[in-house]
Amino acid sequence: MANLPPFEISVKSSDMAVRKALGQFLHALQPLELSVEEAGTVELVLAETLNNIVEHAYPDPAKAGYFTIACAHQKDGLHLQVTDQGLAMPDGTTPMGQRVSVDVELGDLPEGGFGWFLIQDLAKDVSYQRVGSENQLTMRLAVAVQ
Amino acid sequence: MQLSTKTEEQLRIVSVKEDRIDAAVALEFKDAMRVETENGPDTVVLDLSQVQFIDSSGLGAIVAAMKSLGAERKMALAGLTPTVERVFQLTRMDTVFSVFSTLDGALAELQH
Repeated sequence: MANLPPFEISVKSSDMAVRKALGQFLHALQPLELSVEEAGTVELVLAETLNNIVEHAYPDPAKAGYFTIACAHQKDGLHLQVTDQGLAMPDGTTPMGQRVSVDVELGDLPEGGFGWFLIQDLAKDVSYQRVGSENQLTMRLAVAVQ
Repeated sequence: MQLSTKTEEQLRIVSVKEDRIDAAVALEFKDAMRVETENGPDTVVLDLSQVQFIDSSGLGAIVAAMKSLGAERKMALAGLTPTVERVFQLTRMDTVFSVFSTLDGALAELQH
């Protein structure tokens, strides 16, 4: 398997920023020749993470800042650090991301709350820190494992 | 949000002509679905064969579209690509919808 040097991607938060960042990120992973399933895992986890930043860390488009994804490929997968300078996570910690129950009446079916569940289900070692005015979320994706 | 709709033997078939249903277009998708399904047959088949990716916002929008049909009408999903299918499986939403691997399969089953 190709050795992928560490890299970083920074994009200014906006409605279309997540698509742009995902496109750049997956392009940078091309040397790893990920399977469809592995690429899907990466895209889903990052999409949910970045959607949260656009929606909650930079809720005011007029004050939108940048988010950065740093990626290091190691033997046990991709180590990611996602940072932004927006609002802090409300409780200073990541949501538990419990599975939303779908065994309910039609009208009560959930239309949201899946994001953190998907992140916690698909990513390993998810950890959040607020350092000064920066949100730092680190995680490992067990893809391209050597 | 490009949708293409046809009505065939008591089925409304809505095909999504986009690569992605994500946070950027989830609201637009919901609105477009409402327009395409407001009246018409009780069964709506949502053809997702062109969609390569949905995120949780896209999933929520599909669930909202189904709920807006009301209890008397049904939504079936057809042509799920691998990553889309995975999102439905991981969230167990695949147990809420009738899911068919191809549009032809859905039509064959639902037109009986």
